[in-house]
Amino acid sequence: MKPAPFDYFAPTSLEEALDLLDRYGPDARVIAGGQSLVPMLALRLARPEVIVDLNRIPALAGIAEEGSTLRIGAMTRQAMALASPVVREKLPLLHLGLENVGHPPTRARGTLGGSISHADPAAETPMIMLAYRATMVIAGSRGERTVDAGQFTLGTFETCLEEGEILKQIIVESRPDEGTGFAELSRRRGDFAMASAAARIRLDDAGKCVEAHLMIGAVAPVPLRCDAVAQALVGEEPSEACIREVVRLIDLDVFEFDNPEISLAYRRHIAPVLARRALMQSVTRARELRK
Amino acid sequence: MKKHLVELTVNGRPASMQVEPRQSLADALRGELGLTGTHLGCEHGVCGACTLIVDGDPVRGCLMLAVQAQGAEVVTVEGVSPKVGLGEIQSALREFHGLQCGFCTPGMVVVLHHLFSGNPQPTEAEIQEAISGQLCRCTGYQGIMNAAKAVAARHQSNNA
Repeated sequence: MKPAPFDYFAPTSLEEALDLLDRYGPDARVIAGGQSLVPMLALRLARPEVIVDLNRIPALAGIAEEGSTLRIGAMTRQAMALASPVVREKLPLLHLGLENVGHPPTRARGTLGGSISHADPAAETPMIMLAYRATMVIAGSRGERTVDAGQFTLGTFETCLEEGEILKQIIVESRPDEGTGFAELSRRRGDFAMASAAARIRLDDAGKCVEAHLMIGAVAPVPLRCDAVAQALVGEEPSEACIREVVRLIDLDVFEFDNPEISLAYRRHIAPVLARRALMQSVTRARELRK
Repeated sequence: MKKHLVELTVNGRPASMQVEPRQSLADALRGELGLTGTHLGCEHGVCGACTLIVDGDPVRGCLMLAVQAQGAEVVTVEGVSPKVGLGEIQSALREFHGLQCGFCTPGMVVVLHHLFSGNPQPTEAEIQEAISGQLCRCTGYQGIMNAAKAVAARHQSNNA
């Protein structure tokens, strides 16, 4: 349970960090909050020669607001985002999701960018950024590039980050006129999700759905975007009966992860239930907005 | 691998230690500074026995590298306990059977201390949230909850 030896660098600027990654190439790993990487080091599932610590780069942390656009530094702590009034008001889905991320001591260190870059299929933050259709700003020694959240996460622990690149910032557009909902089932609070669901919904003056998004997490390597469900909701008045009906459109055939702790059959059973709860919560909130 | 000099504040006093980058903060506090009150259980972030207060927040001592604590203010279970005898949280844990083997107790004391220092009369839900990251295999948690609720109730009656 002790990590293999490695060298350690704590750069104080992004440029310095990128230089170090260039110099050490595949031998180097970046540490953000360390709440996933350090266990992997301790279990020797990861054995980097060099660790580049991003914790001393102040420019990577913090949430900036420009109109309806929020720019979230990758090193923003989960606890800071959870406590942020801006997040609660402008990105309520992120607030709801973060309540399910680990425990106070892991959220105090864990970062949004770290969780997104780690790409655990059960993680809440990558799914929420997919639900928000966020944009990821990636820094490398040859400059910056941006990709959609949908192109960022590629599989289990797999992202589009190339060697030498760092996730720098997440750009999210806030929608004050939508309701959001989040539901998750885990063995104990804060444990890895057995399945989770995130919903966003916008209603017109008559109470009919004009736009919906539904994501299901922890059932496949990449969180599932349930566009068939979302499309079926558009134009409907989303009653509980209607939502019960549309969640049947979730494609259970693409579910994976059949393991001794949580069977595939169980995931297929609970995912539509969680989707219904998340959608109902988002509809309730969207209706409150219209009052 | 090169050792690093880490200078930090531990329980209000300046301290320095020479550490390998791979050493966890909890390991270094025990091994280099002799503060063995902090317990290491799973050493990969599951059990919470090693919980410390770093710069005002409870964190897992096994999930922070000692080198990362350069300049940090660290409080261990020794820092939240009287030199002689028991503090109010410790007394309540004893009184309400909040421990049996005691391995998780340092982490429990640290997170409860952190909770009570910001919120002297927490609700049951707030206590549950505060200890949610701590595993105890002996008590079934009810004794710990009862102890924490008793501390909160005492704070209330002291205030009245």
